[in-house]
Amino acid sequence: MKMALAIVLGLIFAAQVIAAPPGYAPDRASAARPDQAQIEQGHKVYDKWCYPCHGVGNDKPGTNSLAQRGQKPAVLEERTDLTAPVIKTFVRHGVLFMPMFRKTEVSDADLDAIAAYLTRNNKQ
Amino acid sequence: MRLPPGVNSKDFSDAIKQFQEAVGNDWVFTTDEDLDLYRDSYSPFWHEDQDPVPSAAVAPHSVEQVQQVVRVANTYKIPIWTISTGKNLGYGGSAPLLSGSVVLDLKKMDRVLEVNEKNHYALVEPGVSYFDLYRYIQDRGLKVWIDVPDPGWGSLIGNSLDRGGGYTPMRDHFDSHCGMEVVLANGEILRTGMGALPGAQTWQQYRYGFGPYIDGIFSQSNFGVVTKMGFWLYPVPEGFRSGTVLVPRHDDLVPLIETLNYLMNSNIVQGTSTIGSPLLMSRTAAQSAGGSGGSALLMVPGGPSIEELENIGKANNLAYWSCNFSFYGPPKVIEAQWEYAKEKYSAIPGVKFEDGTEFKLPLSADQMEAAPKRQFGIPNLTIFGMMGRSEGHMWFSPIIPMTGEAVFEAQKVFGQAYKDMGVPSVQQIFVFPSSFFPRSFVILCGFPIAHDVEKNRRNREIFKGLVKVAAEHGWGEYRTHTAFMDTVANVYSFNNHALRRFHETVKDAVDPNGILSPGRCGVWPKHLRETRGLQS
Repeated sequence: MKMALAIVLGLIFAAQVIAAPPGYAPDRASAARPDQAQIEQGHKVYDKWCYPCHGVGNDKPGTNSLAQRGQKPAVLEERTDLTAPVIKTFVRHGVLFMPMFRKTEVSDADLDAIAAYLTRNNKQ
Repeated sequence: MRLPPGVNSKDFSDAIKQFQEAVGNDWVFTTDEDLDLYRDSYSPFWHEDQDPVPSAAVAPHSVEQVQQVVRVANTYKIPIWTISTGKNLGYGGSAPLLSGSVVLDLKKMDRVLEVNEKNHYALVEPGVSYFDLYRYIQDRGLKVWIDVPDPGWGSLIGNSLDRGGGYTPMRDHFDSHCGMEVVLANGEILRTGMGALPGAQTWQQYRYGFGPYIDGIFSQSNFGVVTKMGFWLYPVPEGFRSGTVLVPRHDDLVPLIETLNYLMNSNIVQGTSTIGSPLLMSRTAAQSAGGSGGSALLMVPGGPSIEELENIGKANNLAYWSCNFSFYGPPKVIEAQWEYAKEKYSAIPGVKFEDGTEFKLPLSADQMEAAPKRQFGIPNLTIFGMMGRSEGHMWFSPIIPMTGEAVFEAQKVFGQAYKDMGVPSVQQIFVFPSSFFPRSFVILCGFPIAHDVEKNRRNREIFKGLVKVAAEHGWGEYRTHTAFMDTVANVYSFNNHALRRFHETVKDAVDPNGILSPGRCGVWPKHLRETRGLQS
């Protein structure tokens, strides 16, 4: 209910320096090739929980925030450099205005599936 | 093991076992790793001891399980803090007010029980988010709209109980509810309104039932756990259009809002309207005020005079004030409503009108993508993009009268308050009033959250200062973060806190062990009342 904030807050909330949340530990070696069913499940969970913020479009604040940071591509589904530990750390700890997500929202199994989906195109 | 306040480890262990028997081992959380997920992501107490953490979290899947959990808590006198989706960011999120409470997490109760497109209502459980209900309706092609708040991932029940608002004709979310199911502190189930009649056929159609109407006491309160709630929906309209009225002079705000009142209270304008100022929002005006942020929006002492600002507006062709309108209904009707609004406003010299977007419904997929989502009841998270790369926020949000004079006074009062408290202009976040609720304005003053102890301490003091200043002028908050619930409740003090004493009388009667959400909105159980929970 805060449409009126658009201009004011865009101007006022100071840009913050992004900091990796606690537990951030890129670990490519641990990535195992997920199966297709898990990837498809991950796609469903991603669409429900992640897409509204990290999808394609100017109205996706997560994508916009990453773009402001200079991340290319800024859309998570298009990246090939994410690892499961990094994804899990951000989901469970949050970063900047992204809150942490509880296990009643995104279960450990669903989080594994999200990680499988977002790392599906990584080069082994 | 973290312990709830006033509960010994033996009793708590026994209670945890019984919680597990009630909901299953997988849905009782006790490890630090899991419980840290229940911290407030936008906590104004980051890195401070006061940052509240739960002792456990329990996630039932059914009303029967809620009953069992509440009975266990009542037996062992364990405080439980109820959340629905836990996404009430800026107002406490999923964290309890009283540290050590067990969070009763209702997210797994996520069933849409009914959507009726002939009588336009829905019946849902607390874990159903606006996104969930929207998808349910879209998947089935039902011809009803929901109203959504910003952001849209919260619970319909949670937002309604916290008395949130939105943008469409159904924007007063508590007002649009019809019928509740509530689990009381003793585990008993209560249904309100027509729901009290076994086999009722109009639970979601007639609010009041028979006898005292009590739904209001379950909002912003801790008298029960709401497990079902009905909501009136909006039939998909045939058309939508928007428009903006612009007026050139400072004093034009008075007739601008007076006519808005007439149009709104006559149901000629149906959606949320927001007062804006192309002039004061301009960089030129901000520079004239010696800074940025709210220094031009507020009448900060020492800033530019009204005459100087009007001259800036004249020189730059900027209207001093604006007001946006939304119309919903058959195209011929809403066109006539907009034309009528223009006719009413034509009495203001120099008034201008901007025709906004016009849609005929239903929308194609492409139109849906381009539609103003909030005004169309489409859940979204766009609001987060309006805050830069911040670490969170919270809101100071008083209700003021819907008059131009009140807006002028608010500009002066909060401008003076910010100056008195030494708040730099860049932090003077002041958003012009909106009609999120009928017949009054909400002002929003935003506070960024930082992972910085000193900044947060300072902001908490400023926040409390604004609550006090507002109350001195007869303005009170409509809702607040858990950190300020006592502060805000304290200013609702008519007749020696008669309302709070009444709340406490009810609390003692319906929850004698004081287990349900201690401290919510300033209502504390008897054993914590003197200290407001601080002994824990």
